Amino acid sequence: MPEIKLIVNHKVGLHARPASMFVQTAAKFNADIQVTHGENTANAKSILGVLTLGAHQGAEILIKADGDDADEALHALEELVLNNFGES
Amino acid sequence: METISGIPASYGIAIGPAFVFGHAELEIETVSIDDPEAEWQRFEKAREESRLQLEDAYSVTLEDCGEEAAGIFNAQMMMLDDPELIGTVKERVQNELINVEAALYETAEKFACQLEAIEDEYLSARALDIRDVSSRCLRNLLGLYDSPAASLGKPSIIVAQDLTPSDTVLLEKDYVLGFCTAKGGSTSHTAILARGLGIPAVVGAGDQVGQIDQDDTLVVDGDAGEVIINPTAKSLKEFQKRQAHFLEVQAEAESISHEPAVTTDGHQVEVVANIGSEDGIEPALEAGAEGVGLLRSEFLYLERDTLPTEEEQYHSYKNIADAFGDKPVILRSLDVGGDKDIPYIDMPEEANPFLGIRAIRLCLDRPDIFKPQLRAALRAGYGNNLKLMFPMVGSVDDVLRTREVLEECRVELKDEGYDVADMMEIGIMIEIPSAAIIADQLAEVVDFFSIGTNDLSQYTMAADRTNARVATQASGFQPAVFRLIKNVIEAAHEKGKWVGLCGEMAGELLAIPILLGLGLDEFSMNPPAIPFAKRLIRSISLEEARQVANTALNLKSDHEIREYVQQAIPEVNIG
Repeated sequence: MPEIKLIVNHKVGLHARPASMFVQTAAKFNADIQVTHGENTANAKSILGVLTLGAHQGAEILIKADGDDADEALHALEELVLNNFGES
Repeated sequence: METISGIPASYGIAIGPAFVFGHAELEIETVSIDDPEAEWQRFEKAREESRLQLEDAYSVTLEDCGEEAAGIFNAQMMMLDDPELIGTVKERVQNELINVEAALYETAEKFACQLEAIEDEYLSARALDIRDVSSRCLRNLLGLYDSPAASLGKPSIIVAQDLTPSDTVLLEKDYVLGFCTAKGGSTSHTAILARGLGIPAVVGAGDQVGQIDQDDTLVVDGDAGEVIINPTAKSLKEFQKRQAHFLEVQAEAESISHEPAVTTDGHQVEVVANIGSEDGIEPALEAGAEGVGLLRSEFLYLERDTLPTEEEQYHSYKNIADAFGDKPVILRSLDVGGDKDIPYIDMPEEANPFLGIRAIRLCLDRPDIFKPQLRAALRAGYGNNLKLMFPMVGSVDDVLRTREVLEECRVELKDEGYDVADMMEIGIMIEIPSAAIIADQLAEVVDFFSIGTNDLSQYTMAADRTNARVATQASGFQPAVFRLIKNVIEAAHEKGKWVGLCGEMAGELLAIPILLGLGLDEFSMNPPAIPFAKRLIRSISLEEARQVANTALNLKSDHEIREYVQQAIPEVNIG
């Protein structure tokens, strides 16, 4: 199962608009996508799950995807996080 | 008399009786069921009803209180569709054969508690949101109608533990004088709503809010973040005086907001609005804007995955320009990079993005992005007063290269048979110190300038405005920045060109007399500031403003300049 590790650099972390964008991006793919921060893992398509990860600025997250479009999904999420969710 | 302190969340002073707002608790019983499929259908129906109600709440709030407050309901719609929430409810109904109400209530409560456990202001607000969504859905399941907890009946100050977005939609807004809540921070829903409505609020005042009884006389001091319960006659009098002064200024400002901005000695300037999308048209016109000095085009590019097409852009720009008739609307071409980027535009990682490929530099690099926007603008400007300006110009060469692309687009469009705006005025933003220094050369190749003080200050002072430790040094009130502005205005006027200013400074009352005295022709600001700016301009003379500007430019610090203007022009003090 492909996976990537990323650092969330956005100043509000994986909350607010970045969290919504993350979940909306994940929801576009068929693959099952899990995101882990520390000891907590959540469904990347669930806004409630992603928020409860409490991933603040500087948090390291691990994203795993399983399914026919898993690679595309990881690529899209990686791009979103690396581009700092379209802002600083 | 007792004073409790909280977080100042919205400016102004409110005086009135307390209305203590409570929630009727929903009672949810767990019942055994035998047809999980039927239970599931009930849930789907209730979710659909909830979705429609949230869409309504979004539009009502957008109208009453603006985009930010309405955005909460979008977040709630995402929660309503959350696969984890729905999945857990479905599982529990199927496996435990319990009613969907019990499954939903317990699941939502579990998520809310998890969010609350991470001590964070933002997540606590989301805990409130999930409870709000769940209770809406439960009401729909139980056939209970959404109704206000009680009717206010008279102008009152709303006192509550915290207000949910759904509560606030139901409030009779004409009767709300102010807010005081025990929970919440400056970004809570109550705070956003209060600012949108323009009424005073103190939030996060803690358990002491519990001491407030129905109909206690309250003073909400939204400047200091204090709430005074049953004030003494003497204290009440003082607050009434402050409130009266502010209201007087506000009323006076509103009464003249549609009059021209003319000084007492007959010098007229333009006061226009900064807007970010079509939603900004009405508030700008209502506030008395004489046009748009800055239309940020980024709105068309954000929150999506692909570039907006020429056609989309054309319709948007045209709608906005047409709405203002023959009043000017200045469209700023795409300004991204630096602290703003767009995921689907591939931008290389840079060590110093503020000094890198941003704004016009990016556009010149990427004709596939730039040309559709220019074509859309040229077409949209036919038959109205649309103007075009370019951000982050640093040299004459930047302008010449930009004009070349623009001409190319114009020729193409004409060949294709489109009507295009032939006389469209073309301007640039002055936000790089180099542009301010060679303003005389730039004035020869453009029709107007618009000074962007936020960037001009940070580049002039070499102080990152997003870095809290140096942000105060990036102030537009630095003598160096005012001297650059002076140079820009003089150079432009010498060549017969006009100058506007669309940074935050244009709406700052302390800056207005100086800018007026330096000869600024156009002031572009957020709509709520317009009536106050016009009132100030109409109450002073150009002669007075010139003297203030002359003195201010020889003072040595931000602080000295502010203090001086405050003393020289008493009309700048409104609170």
